[in-house]
Amino acid sequence: MQGQILMRPLGGTEFMEKFKEVYLEEIAELLADIESALLELSETPDRKELIDSVFRAFHTIKGSGAMFGFETIAAFTHEIETVLDLVRRGLVPMKKSLVDLTLSACDHIRHLAEDDSAGGKDTENIVRMLRSMIPADYQEDVSSPKDRAEHLPELSTCRIRFRPNPDIFDNGTNPILLVDELRNLGECQVIAHTHTIPPLESETTKCYIHWNIILTTSVKIEAIREIFIFAEDRCRLNIDLIHSDEIMDESGKYKRIGDILVERGDITLPDLKKALESQRKIGEMLVAAGVTDSDTVASALAEQEHVRNLSRKHREDAMTSNIRVAAKKLDTLVDLVGELVTVQASLSQRSLLLEDAEMISIAEEVERLTAELRDNTISIRLVPVSTTFGKFRRLVYDLSNELGKAVAMETRGGETELDKTVIDRLNDPVMHIIRNAVDHGIESPEKRIASGKPAKGNILLAAEHSGTNVLIRISDDGAGLDTLMIRKKAISAGLIPPEVQLTENELFSLIFLPGFSTVGEISEISGRGVGMDVVKRSIENLRGSVEISSKKGEGTAITMKLPLTLAIIEGLLVEVGPTAYVLPLSVVEECMELAQSTVRNARGRNLANVRGEIVPYIHLREFFRIQGDWKGVKQIVIVRLNNFRLGLVVDNIIGEHQTVIKSLGKLYRDTKVFSGSTILADGNVALILDAYKLAEMAEAEELLVRKNSYPAAGFPAMIR
Amino acid sequence: MVSMETNGANQYLTFTLGEENFALEIAKVREVLDYTKITRVPRMPDFLRGVINLRGNVVPVIDLRLKLGMSATEKTLDTCIVIAEIMIEGELVQVGALADSVKEVISLEAARISPPPRIGTKLRNEFIRGMGKLDEGFLIILDIDRVLSEDDLAVVKDSSSVELPEAQEEKKDNSEEKEEEEEEKSPVLDLDAEDPDGF
Repeated sequence: MQGQILMRPLGGTEFMEKFKEVYLEEIAELLADIESALLELSETPDRKELIDSVFRAFHTIKGSGAMFGFETIAAFTHEIETVLDLVRRGLVPMKKSLVDLTLSACDHIRHLAEDDSAGGKDTENIVRMLRSMIPADYQEDVSSPKDRAEHLPELSTCRIRFRPNPDIFDNGTNPILLVDELRNLGECQVIAHTHTIPPLESETTKCYIHWNIILTTSVKIEAIREIFIFAEDRCRLNIDLIHSDEIMDESGKYKRIGDILVERGDITLPDLKKALESQRKIGEMLVAAGVTDSDTVASALAEQEHVRNLSRKHREDAMTSNIRVAAKKLDTLVDLVGELVTVQASLSQRSLLLEDAEMISIAEEVERLTAELRDNTISIRLVPVSTTFGKFRRLVYDLSNELGKAVAMETRGGETELDKTVIDRLNDPVMHIIRNAVDHGIESPEKRIASGKPAKGNILLAAEHSGTNVLIRISDDGAGLDTLMIRKKAISAGLIPPEVQLTENELFSLIFLPGFSTVGEISEISGRGVGMDVVKRSIENLRGSVEISSKKGEGTAITMKLPLTLAIIEGLLVEVGPTAYVLPLSVVEECMELAQSTVRNARGRNLANVRGEIVPYIHLREFFRIQGDWKGVKQIVIVRLNNFRLGLVVDNIIGEHQTVIKSLGKLYRDTKVFSGSTILADGNVALILDAYKLAEMAEAEELLVRKNSYPAAGFPAMIR
Repeated sequence: MVSMETNGANQYLTFTLGEENFALEIAKVREVLDYTKITRVPRMPDFLRGVINLRGNVVPVIDLRLKLGMSATEKTLDTCIVIAEIMIEGELVQVGALADSVKEVISLEAARISPPPRIGTKLRNEFIRGMGKLDEGFLIILDIDRVLSEDDLAVVKDSSSVELPEAQEEKKDNSEEKEEEEEEKSPVLDLDAEDPDGF
């Protein structure tokens, strides 16, 4: 397992395999882009730039598909491309049916990417449908599958300055023919400089003309140079590449004329400045002429500035370069940084003990660097949540089609960043919640209209930062949760005794219990036995929490609170018996001495009086079955869990701690109370407490103790 | 019964648990550590002694004696932690095992290894890979993967917060002071075990 280093170069097939993997990743990304563009198109079918982007993405899939041996994908994509090309040219409308078809084609490409030989009938079907989209007049384009996109090569623009020596005619070269050859290469603007031509009566066998040519072409500079190969020693030739982006910026403007002249060396910068100083700005001239007033000019200038900034930003975005890195490498990096944090902590501790000022300052420097390194490393793993929004949009689109409901999906805060692992593992829960919202939440258009709502339902997927957490909220404007129904259901399922009175929140929290589903019949979409309990569990596994709020007739909102990263947390270090424990600082509200006066331990109740509020508490020593008793003053840590507070009684509070999370490993995978461990500065291992699980377990135990006095079925959901 | 793959790995690390000699295939052993502070993870079966910091990695330590039905390991000067590599759910995992003392690495031909006797070892047979015959006695070769096999872990799983019934018995043998307390709480805890997928 360990230490396998590939010393030999990658063989041909291995090499190919590696690239295939990259290709598959690329496909997945491109398809996601295509889908989100398509979904936007379904709303606004006329947006040319979206059609273009879809077309380009398919073209890339096709091109690299053929290159890496995904022939089926290449051939299949070609068919899509053909139709889209007609759409691009405005010959076929982007109707809903075509959007749907293209979406299913995307799915099909995904299948094909998994198994290139899959397809068969499906491929044929989709291809047939695609072809049927093409009006008869253009069918020919299909039968002669010529590749239009091949005519869309990367274009570049060159400035060619061709100044033949006067004696160029001596060896029979005709400069005009050379210029004509350039014209054949692409869009070409030729400016002949004729001012050096002497009067006709003087010598006429020499060439006195030179040319400046702007050429936009797909050929390389070398190829352009080749045209002049036979004239090279008899002329001065300069070929400069002007980047195409610069020519075609958003405002459609090229560089200002003065800049061009300076760049070409025709005038010097001081010359230009002098000339410019003597010139008044066009705005000023207009104002002076009384045609307009200065405010109008100012606003026009602001507009210009705005457009320029926009286009600059656009360009910068396009130029932001990315590196694709294997997630494994990042994990290793995070691990290493974690270890560094640990070592740094011991260094700091040690240096303080040594009381050596120099040592301490070095340790502080290391601490600062480590913190920065840690934050940077964590940020590498952060990905904007918008990367997954596309998928959910698609889900809503498909579901609403399937269920005959009109549902719009709105997203907010897509730029919010979260750890990649968290995002990946969020996928299923969010999917489930959205399914629920579309299936159970949003009513049918008729019902909605009847209750005075717009026929089209709305689902909002919003993400936002909240301290070191990220909140993800999925809300709908549907029917809301039916508390009566939940109650009935819970009673019939034996989850609560019939006589118990519950608050609304408590009732809502019942739906997070295993096996709970409020809708009578099981539909295709949701209620396949995977309930909200699974959602809750997966979120809790990410050290997050779920909350639900709902108003009958107005809708439901489910809010998930997630940590920014899984690797490092801010913790509060406490001691119970011989062991140190870490509580995530995010749940800690306050700490205080467990003074006798604040405690009401009458009749076995563990209740503390925290400034007038009664807070239940758990003795961790008892709960962990640690023998002996702490002789000193005990401390109580008040934690907030969703909507209630809980005290945890510990021996000692050590302080805040940068906690690098280490898994407890497979042998301890069944421990619930501990979500992991960490290594302290002194080399000992501390355990990270999951306060939610702790509360759950303590409560369950207490209920069972009480069971004798309350023969009715346990009521397990009080907490949430 | 016993399949001894003779893939050249017939070297064994020998160690003692109580008076008895045990051995582990050397291929399974990564290193041997002196006893170090073990952080106990509360509310887990007793044979899971806790976790240690092994050069920045958190490694679980098990009490082989408890696992094999003997009394719990008492820390002495000779107590060692044998770091073994075992497969759990297809993943190579490092696990520390407490040994009363570690002796040596020996070579043993396959011919000198016999299947475990059905009775007489007083140990759970399924954990024994074979009996190695030495001039001065015999060795019990443990199947460390089995000792921590999935089936067995499933027990841990079911018990989750609860003490293993088996572990409780061991505790009685141990006649530890907290026995009473355990006894008192266990019915409560047993029921608690239903909680994860109850209802």
